[in-house]
Amino acid sequence: MKTILTGLNRTIYSLVLLLAVIVLNFILVHIAPGDAVTAMIGDMGGATPELIAKLRADYGLDRSLFTQLYTHIWKMMHGDLGTSFTHRVPVRDLILDHLPATILLVTTAFFLAIIIGTVLGIIAAQKPKSFVNHVVTVLSLSGFSAPIFWTGLMLLIAFAYLLPIFPAFGMSTPGFQGTTLEVMFDVLKHLVLPAVTLASVYIAVYSRLARASMLDVLGSDYIRTARSKGLSRRIVVYKHALKNGILPVVTMAGLQFSQLIAGAVVVETVYGWPGIGQLAFNAILRRDHPLLLGILFFSTLMVVIANLITDFSYRILDPRIK
Amino acid sequence: MKQEPLLQVNGLCVEFSTKNGSVRVLNQLDLHLLPGEALGIVGESGCGKSMTALSIMRLVPTPPGEISNGQILLNGDDVLQLTESQMEDIRGNEISMIFQEPMTSLNPVFTIGSQVSENIRRHQSANTSQAKEKTIQMLEAVGIPAPELRIDQYPHELSGGMRQRVMIAMALSCQPSVLIADEPTTALDVTIQAQIFELLRKIQEEMATSVILITHDMSVIAEFADRVIVMYAGRKVEEGLVRDIIDNSCHPYTQGLINCVPVLKRDPGLKRVELNEIPGVVPNLAQLGPGCSFAPRCHKVVDRCYQEMPPEQQVGENHYASCWRVGDAA
Amino acid sequence: MNNRQELNPMVRPDRPVVELWLMFFANKAAVLGLVLWLLVVFTAVFGLTIYTGDPFEMVGAPMTPPGAEFLLGTDYLGRDVLTGIIHGASITLAIGFSATICTVIIGVVIGVLAGYYGRWVDNLLMRVTEFFQVLPPMLFVMVLISLFTPSIYLIVLAIAVVSWTGMARLTRAEFLKIKELEYVTAERAMGARNASIMAKVILPNALPPLIVAVALNVGTAILFEAALSFLGLGDPNAYSWGYMIGSSREYIWDSWWTITFPGFAIFLTVLGVSLIGDGLNDALNPKLREL
Repeated sequence: MKTILTGLNRTIYSLVLLLAVIVLNFILVHIAPGDAVTAMIGDMGGATPELIAKLRADYGLDRSLFTQLYTHIWKMMHGDLGTSFTHRVPVRDLILDHLPATILLVTTAFFLAIIIGTVLGIIAAQKPKSFVNHVVTVLSLSGFSAPIFWTGLMLLIAFAYLLPIFPAFGMSTPGFQGTTLEVMFDVLKHLVLPAVTLASVYIAVYSRLARASMLDVLGSDYIRTARSKGLSRRIVVYKHALKNGILPVVTMAGLQFSQLIAGAVVVETVYGWPGIGQLAFNAILRRDHPLLLGILFFSTLMVVIANLITDFSYRILDPRIK
Repeated sequence: MKQEPLLQVNGLCVEFSTKNGSVRVLNQLDLHLLPGEALGIVGESGCGKSMTALSIMRLVPTPPGEISNGQILLNGDDVLQLTESQMEDIRGNEISMIFQEPMTSLNPVFTIGSQVSENIRRHQSANTSQAKEKTIQMLEAVGIPAPELRIDQYPHELSGGMRQRVMIAMALSCQPSVLIADEPTTALDVTIQAQIFELLRKIQEEMATSVILITHDMSVIAEFADRVIVMYAGRKVEEGLVRDIIDNSCHPYTQGLINCVPVLKRDPGLKRVELNEIPGVVPNLAQLGPGCSFAPRCHKVVDRCYQEMPPEQQVGENHYASCWRVGDAA
Repeated sequence: MNNRQELNPMVRPDRPVVELWLMFFANKAAVLGLVLWLLVVFTAVFGLTIYTGDPFEMVGAPMTPPGAEFLLGTDYLGRDVLTGIIHGASITLAIGFSATICTVIIGVVIGVLAGYYGRWVDNLLMRVTEFFQVLPPMLFVMVLISLFTPSIYLIVLAIAVVSWTGMARLTRAEFLKIKELEYVTAERAMGARNASIMAKVILPNALPPLIVAVALNVGTAILFEAALSFLGLGDPNAYSWGYMIGSSREYIWDSWWTITFPGFAIFLTVLGVSLIGDGLNDALNPKLREL
């Protein structure tokens, strides 16, 4: 019962956050110079004052700010994110078309980073003077210091040009026909480089974090107790220590999810991955504000959902949290 | 007739490497434990008593620590010669240990039921439901009310005393022949302390388990142990039956420890109960001289104490002490 | 006065700054970081007086590989890559530092207020912080840039707006911890004003972790600016390293050097601050000092 209540609480709080994003979007559009109509007229190359007034009325821009905000929220709640200036289709449909690619990329990178980062951290924590420990140190420093787009371009040169193992662009081979399995494998081949690029930064962060936290945990009293029961080192480390040591990694991963999505935007443009990052990049080049704001809203929605999931998994992992 | 010891430690040395070279935290320690006996090891913090326990369990943190010399014979076999996996079969099965801090000695993210049954399943061929049944039995035996409900609780939902009972249940779940209790009640309230000792004694009698009790408190020894070893700066300084040690201690350090126990019955002549202490502090193990380590704090000290290490002398039946002043009039 | 000296660790005489520096310099990695940074700063300040040239100017044949004529080659327009890198150093540093200063100002003010006053102030400010934390930084900055005219000022401000949350949380956590300590209570008992307690008592003691965070923040700000310029969203008049990579990315198969070298410059610069941050962390962390 308590769990359901806190879950409900968190969900309501998340909805409030989303509402705040909508309001922020609205405010930003209104303090920015010019409005939607000005932008359209710019596209059309000028218009008569009558037409401008008519367009303003059509878009509801002549009404009071409060009414406009209200209509805006009302529309958003009904899934109406407006129409893209450039594509002339509802923003929602455009985003829903591109969202699966981004979700695939982001979740793959997310789990790659957590798994590889944690495993490296665990190995390094057990042998403070080992080779792996130095690898973690170097990897975490360089992963943090290298610009993500540059890592992507370097991997492109290395694995798509010098050593052409992976495709350089897109999510699938154009015109590729085959069984479902073959298509999936084709997508997988395209996914490797973008996912590794995006994960590289977070592998760096998590391996370091996992090492510090595992070092801490391995020195604790309950680990000694576990060993005094005659449990093997493997069980002590991978059962007793890991479940405690991974907690900071989960917290950090939740906190950094918004940055992961932001990183995906950059990675998508490098690899021509057809996700919302690519869409956002094209939207900004054409000043397509409704589309851009819609993407911001949807990506925030993803972050909020991811935060709820992390929060939930943390509660499962750590019984002390009420 | 002399009984064969269950556990015998011969010439045990443990060294820790530090920035300033190697420090010997245990020095030529000999001890033995008889079947069914309660052996007390007493001394101030840093005297090596916990390290003795960890050595017997082969859980000395390595590095920086290392067992550099000696034998630990369990039923005549040297556990120091075993492989790690052979040793794992002994830990929690033949020898178990209870630690000082019940608050931090249980893993916070697993239920107590799973932590106790883990020990049972590790060493006995029991399936999940048998292990669960045994767990409930053990929790009941250590006086935990409603054990079938408690097994699904997490350590943070239990009080310190209850957690220590869980630790005891866990340690005893495979009927070990040796139980090492390292300051099992230091972190607990006085009233709970008495309950825990009562429980330990009851279990020791019922299961015929030999117990090594490690403490800094001489009154605990007086109450619980059959025989006692007094340690100072990594060495054994006196050994004997509890009554001999209490009534007739030969080492000034032992006498100091005994004097530290406050007597609550007030002497009508005194205004208040006086708390005694041993003057000075425990020496730095890295800077020991050639002589007796206790010499700088000893009120009976003579020149020889600083120059030569006193050998162990027999002072009575089963009573040994390492002091140059043994036999001298006090 | 004597009492205060004993209680407040910052005025204790046995932790002199000299010792911190000795510890810092004993750390090889930290010294390497410092050397890298001195190199970048030197390049930014004196580079163009030694190796003169306009980065936008076409000086040679397009896509000349690195060699005797052009040490690091030329790009697809025949612009010298080395001139660009030297020029980019000053822009990178300028943006990295100014964005960090803005980040620190926003973050510390919010963190101090939340941590010191607690209750509803803390509650409100932390909700605001959480709100900014769920916004994906790059997308939010893209929205800002698309709505307003891109300029170097907007970029600096935008970076600060998406980066201050970590700083605020850290400052708040330190303030929450320190304000309960005895020497703060002592100051308060002596009638010190809130502002003076915050600025003169708590802040100096909260500095060690903040200094480390600031160092790391310089790195993040540089990376952020690079990514923006790479996407072509930077100030069009600023010839930054990110811009160099972004403008040449289509020619990646024909002139790897136009992408590799500027990226390497970013990498080394950020690596430098990370190493300095780590070194400061080790030197300032009292836990490690006891070992």
